Amino acid sequence: MSTLPKKIGAEAIAEKGWLASHKWLILRRMSQLGILAVFLAGPWLGLWIVKGNLNYSYTLGVLPLADPYVLLQSMLNGNAPEMLALFGAAMVMVFYILVGGRAYCAWVCPVNLVADGANWVRLRMGLKGGAHLPRSTRYWMLAMTLVVTVLSGTIAWEMLNPVSMLHRGLIFGMGFGWVVIVTVFLFDLFVVQRGWCGHVCPTGAFYALIGRASVLRIQLPRRDACNNCMDCYAVCPEYQVIKPALKAVDGAAPIILDAQCVNCGRCIDVCSKDVFAFGTRFGVLPKAGAKSQPTNDEASGSPS
Amino acid sequence: MPRPSQPDAASRRRFIAETARMACGVGMFGVGLGLYARHAAALPPAAIRPPGALAEQHFSSACIRCGLCVRDCPFDILHLAKPEDPMATGTPYFVARQAPCEMCEAIPCVKACPTAALDHSLKEITKAKMGLAVLVAQETCLNFLGLRCDICYRVCPVIDKAITLDSQTNVRTGHHTMFIPVVHSEHCTGCGKCEKSCPTEVAAIKVFPLYMAKGQLAAHYRLGWVEKEKAGGSLVAPDIEHRYHTPDGIRYEYGKGLSTVKPGDAPSGAASEGPTVKALKGDAL
Repeated sequence: MSTLPKKIGAEAIAEKGWLASHKWLILRRMSQLGILAVFLAGPWLGLWIVKGNLNYSYTLGVLPLADPYVLLQSMLNGNAPEMLALFGAAMVMVFYILVGGRAYCAWVCPVNLVADGANWVRLRMGLKGGAHLPRSTRYWMLAMTLVVTVLSGTIAWEMLNPVSMLHRGLIFGMGFGWVVIVTVFLFDLFVVQRGWCGHVCPTGAFYALIGRASVLRIQLPRRDACNNCMDCYAVCPEYQVIKPALKAVDGAAPIILDAQCVNCGRCIDVCSKDVFAFGTRFGVLPKAGAKSQPTNDEASGSPS
Repeated sequence: MPRPSQPDAASRRRFIAETARMACGVGMFGVGLGLYARHAAALPPAAIRPPGALAEQHFSSACIRCGLCVRDCPFDILHLAKPEDPMATGTPYFVARQAPCEMCEAIPCVKACPTAALDHSLKEITKAKMGLAVLVAQETCLNFLGLRCDICYRVCPVIDKAITLDSQTNVRTGHHTMFIPVVHSEHCTGCGKCEKSCPTEVAAIKVFPLYMAKGQLAAHYRLGWVEKEKAGGSLVAPDIEHRYHTPDGIRYEYGKGLSTVKPGDAPSGAASEGPTVKALKGDAL
């Protein structure tokens, strides 16, 4: 009774200091809030760097960026987009193939702030458990949104999609969109841990599909240094992606190749043994400065 | 699938049950979403789409809810629908009574659209069909009451084409003319200036989406006078000339009124055939 549950990342903070063990979290929050700020600078301050929202935006009158998921739904109903939108969607796809599909979820999507907030409260309140929902639900949701789009003849999912509702709402006026966002918060808090982003969201599923071949991945160059503190599992929003790479399940390479990894980098932060590092999906390079041991297994031991 | 092991059957059953349960849940959610979407995708009468907008069904399937048209409207008349608005969430509209379309020649809203939801082939704003003005309240329209308000006529950007003033006798006073505003759908762009400017408490003239405002004849209908013109003559046996019962030497023609018959003219016949007419009248009675 007297022992409180161990604070996640306590070892890392003791070992590396607070800043070094929150580096990626801070960078990520800066990215999320920075992107939001750039979008809000126009309507709030009259500083028009970006127009539009995450569905489609136009930056400085030169750079179009389109969400390929919503554009796909528009095209499924037989609508040919303008060239700028196609180009914008291609840019986004290429970008996320490079940096990891679900990097969108961790670094851009505003709902991540809501979901992380819910999880933070959940941990603080010591809420455990909840309803069981398979992680694959999101792919069913993705398929469902596409089918309903075709059957209803309108982009049905955009009526409810919390991602665009929150982002569009902040920029163009929220109205009762708050209800949807609060629902997501409460769902994550009381019903399923990491419920929305980790199980249900079809946008995340779509970007996971893009990211199946993405270049930037989390590597585990020092996985044999792991002391099984479990902090990475505790902090990871998609903890199921860690085990194969960390424990060399079926001789897996020390690279997190699972498309559900959001490349948030929190595992790097909270690991006191510096097991994790950003790298590419193509083989592991010994970490500079670290005592380079022959860590690599046979799976990807001799790259290139 | 490596590592075949013996709890396979049980775990497979569990997996199938779990998947079925989840697929069922997602499916039910999808049915709800689809029905909601179909309801919410209808355009309410007060919401007018920007120029060049496709017909509503196609519009809500093409528009990606980015709001670029809203941003590029120099008069800030456009809004994106909020979730509680009775239309597709995130799609652009304006309310004519609050702020009508100013009909920019460059049509920046259409240019900004990254999809074909706003038709990029619209090059002249006067060809836009955002909606159609309808004089809905004849009982309160000041011109219908016999006054010379004329505001809707004067503010119309397509003046003398989209709205004309039709003169009619003011039967109430007996010696005034009423100037009745008449909207012509082939020229009305639906900009909403008339509705915005109508001085009555509730606008007597309102702009509605085309699907609400515009009627349509059945496909098989033909207009006799148009067909007659096309054929260069009457397609059926012509009616006999209508005859009026007038005093001798006086002739009446519809639209021209009374005239005296000059000695050389063919007799109008009205007088000479009076008994026939009387007989007909008698029949009718």
